[in-house]
Amino acid sequence: MAVDDRKVGVFMFLPAVAYIALLIGVPLILAVLYAFSDARIGTVGFHFVGLENFRSILQSPSFRAALRNSVVFTVSAQIIVIVASSILSIALEAPFHGRWFVRFLILLPWVAPISLGAIGWKWILDSIYSVITWVLVWAHVFKPYGAPMWLGEPTLAMASVVLVHSWRLIPFSTVIMLAGRTSIPKEIPEAAAIDGAGFWRTEFLINIPMMMPIISVAVLFGTIFTFTDMTVVYILTAGGPYDSTQVVPSLAFATGIQGSDLAAGAAISLFLVPVLVLIAYFMLRAAHRAEVA
Amino acid sequence: MPGGDGRKFGTEALRYAVLAVFVVLLAFPFYWMVVATFKQNIDLYNVENNPFIFNLPPTLDHLRLLFNETRYVRWLGNTALVGVLVVFITLVFSLPAAYALARLTGPWGQRIGIAIFLTYLIPPTLLFIPLSRIVAGLGLQDTIWSLVLVYPSFTIPFSVWLLMGFFKSIPKELEDAAMVDGLTRFGAFFRLVVPISISGILTVVIFTFTLVTQEFVYALTFISPESQQMVGVGIPIFLVRGDVYFWGSLMAACLITSLPIALLYNLFLDRFIAGFTVGAIK
Amino acid sequence: MAVVQIRNLTKVFKAGTLGAVNNINLETKEGEFLVLLGPSGSGKTTLLRMIAGLEAPTSGEIRIGNDVVNNLTPRERGIAMVFQSYALYPHLSVRENIAFPLKAQKVPKEQHKQKVEWAAGLLGIEKLLDRKPRQLSGGERQRVALARAIVREPRVFLLDEPLSNLDAKLRTSAREELDEFHQRIKTTTIYVTHDQVEAMALGERIVVLHQGEVRQIGTPQEVYDDPADTFVATFLGSPPMNLLETDDVIVGFRPERFLPAGLIAPWAPMEEIAKTLKHENLLPADLQGPGKRIPLRLHVEHSEYLGSERVLYGKLSETRFRDKPVCARVSSSVLETYTPNTSYDFAVPEHELRFFDAKTGKRIPPRPFPWQ
Repeated sequence: MAVDDRKVGVFMFLPAVAYIALLIGVPLILAVLYAFSDARIGTVGFHFVGLENFRSILQSPSFRAALRNSVVFTVSAQIIVIVASSILSIALEAPFHGRWFVRFLILLPWVAPISLGAIGWKWILDSIYSVITWVLVWAHVFKPYGAPMWLGEPTLAMASVVLVHSWRLIPFSTVIMLAGRTSIPKEIPEAAAIDGAGFWRTEFLINIPMMMPIISVAVLFGTIFTFTDMTVVYILTAGGPYDSTQVVPSLAFATGIQGSDLAAGAAISLFLVPVLVLIAYFMLRAAHRAEVA
Repeated sequence: MPGGDGRKFGTEALRYAVLAVFVVLLAFPFYWMVVATFKQNIDLYNVENNPFIFNLPPTLDHLRLLFNETRYVRWLGNTALVGVLVVFITLVFSLPAAYALARLTGPWGQRIGIAIFLTYLIPPTLLFIPLSRIVAGLGLQDTIWSLVLVYPSFTIPFSVWLLMGFFKSIPKELEDAAMVDGLTRFGAFFRLVVPISISGILTVVIFTFTLVTQEFVYALTFISPESQQMVGVGIPIFLVRGDVYFWGSLMAACLITSLPIALLYNLFLDRFIAGFTVGAIK
Repeated sequence: MAVVQIRNLTKVFKAGTLGAVNNINLETKEGEFLVLLGPSGSGKTTLLRMIAGLEAPTSGEIRIGNDVVNNLTPRERGIAMVFQSYALYPHLSVRENIAFPLKAQKVPKEQHKQKVEWAAGLLGIEKLLDRKPRQLSGGERQRVALARAIVREPRVFLLDEPLSNLDAKLRTSAREELDEFHQRIKTTTIYVTHDQVEAMALGERIVVLHQGEVRQIGTPQEVYDDPADTFVATFLGSPPMNLLETDDVIVGFRPERFLPAGLIAPWAPMEEIAKTLKHENLLPADLQGPGKRIPLRLHVEHSEYLGSERVLYGKLSETRFRDKPVCARVSSSVLETYTPNTSYDFAVPEHELRFFDAKTGKRIPPRPFPWQ
């Protein structure tokens, strides 16, 4: 029976594995091949050029800037998200009237397609018609027409990108944290209360350490989603102004597809791999710890 | 937690304040979309006017423009079609795979399951360049079939992981009893486990569908013609005539597309969480 | 160490429904081991949680050591609690678990080491101090939970079914340890359980609860031999007391007092008694008290041999109670095997009968056995 089971089992999951191998494994290999070649859209053959692509990319200032941006945006967004979603998950933990509706509203940024959320923000941050500008002018913080161009000045544009990423991720992270919170047996905070711990001590010494595996998962996912995303930048700023908000994936797209230089584009996108590998490693460790606990 | 009514009231008030702040920060863009959808252009494009209220009576013009003069409805249709097909393909591949990994393959099953899940972390922005060549090579460039082919590459890993969680929560004894009663292993899977897991499967369907609607990179890369495009790409790319953004219709499109997805997602979220916490913790 | 006083305590969870706890009054003695005993849903855990401060009462007053504590948080009440699941902090070592209350109460750090070692010593877990909870067995976890509770030297100890997560064998030895522990520290202890054997073994006094009300408070002897109503009478004792109902009175007698007639007759000649007993296990005749016996012929339907005794299930087919199943516990010192479908002469000593009002279930003074 067990042997038959094994065979049946293999037949049952092989198709899925094959699909994934073909549509992820093969392109992955191709990406590496392209990165070492001189492929372009439109040409048929390609030749190997060794590390040439990587060398020119690493020397290019726009790539360096993009890499720096990727890291800065990702780290800033994660910090904002973790703090915000911790607070929000505490507020949402206990049931109250209208909780479902509040949750619905809070989840909107995550559920709405990325591109649509980004476009919404583009309108909110519009140079002339921005509603934020209007509120600030009304509050006499700025003179009419004296407000900055939110997406037009490099620092502000970068802040806007971080803002949109954080806005998108807070609901996702909150949901995960809430799940983590509810998995803490309720007797533990009660024991802490009886032992004399107040609100903050219970939070920092008991709840948060116990939720560490879940928090790690939220951070790791959030990092991937931010680091590898090109949509927000593409729609919000198209990398501008003056490439100040370009990130690695959007640069890869601009170079590889818009610029038709497949090889360079592939090489750029490969720089995502080290980060992904690191994240995968930490995820496996967190998962292993969660199983052991 | 007791300790006097005064303290309780204080905490409650603080909680509501925190929630109010977050709800405003997170949901206000959508409120904003609602307003922009129905505001007359003269009102909308007037810097003096209060943006939060209707200074002139609301209008349906933007909606009319959206539905009659753009390809919005076509994009919705394309997306729905791709969604349905991808869901179907995903289920066909991931149901047996998840079952096999949850039940039949011992510790290796767990490891393969994790490996499959890790592939979900490989982003489109890494694979889109070579995939665009593969798609072109297969002659699927500029058609929705390119997406029908490629989307399962990330929906299958996700679904397998979710379904594994659901299947693990079904007691093994049920299938053992069925097999003693005469079903084969596959029969037990098909006739017993699948019907029991309907709510889990439905959750996977909904989440797969939302993954399809949210995707941007592949749709942008593989499809150029407006009429074949998905709604997530069509709206930001094609509702712009040159440098002119028809913000009213744009916001209308965003709103109409986002709300139903959000509703479905919310309805199934609790089940999703149950599935992944059980699966992840086991 | 302090006395806990409960006055008119009520807890209603949903307006309009019966409260989980209804108007309870009770007072512990100093240093006593008081058991709250009742089936699930009787309100015993809710009562305990209100004393701890984890649940707010709907009305009524709770005093610990003469201070009204209704508005105090758990930490301010000077209590310690051991939960059913022990609630040990999984990410902290045993030492850190025990030290946690000291940290939380801002006890100076220099004193931590000494107090932790004192508490660990009391419970014999010194060797476990550097382990994590997941590396401990059930019994060890219970001891850590107790150490964590005692380290603050609370005035009242609250225990919520701490033995129910242990397997049966462990339970008995853990029970003994708990008893010794209490003898050593002598802190007022309130212990919740649904297990009447535990209650009888550990409790100095037992509070029997049912549907949120106190049915009886008394020593184990009192609640067993002098039950206040039919609920208490049937809840304590296994198999439960036999109850025979008529229109106005309920008569009860315990299975272990329902014995072969020969054993109860104080006038039975020595030889008769010897015939029915194993030679080396003669029961002293005066163990059966003075007074009349009530003869009841038992038609045995089913018997269980449990080693030390036999439990016989049957009916009193020659009385008006012919349809009521009854049972008897006969020591296996008695040689008779009691075959099914046979009737035997059994009897109950008259002073062992208990009478209850048929409508209220409450105990009433003895009266003649209702033969008609």
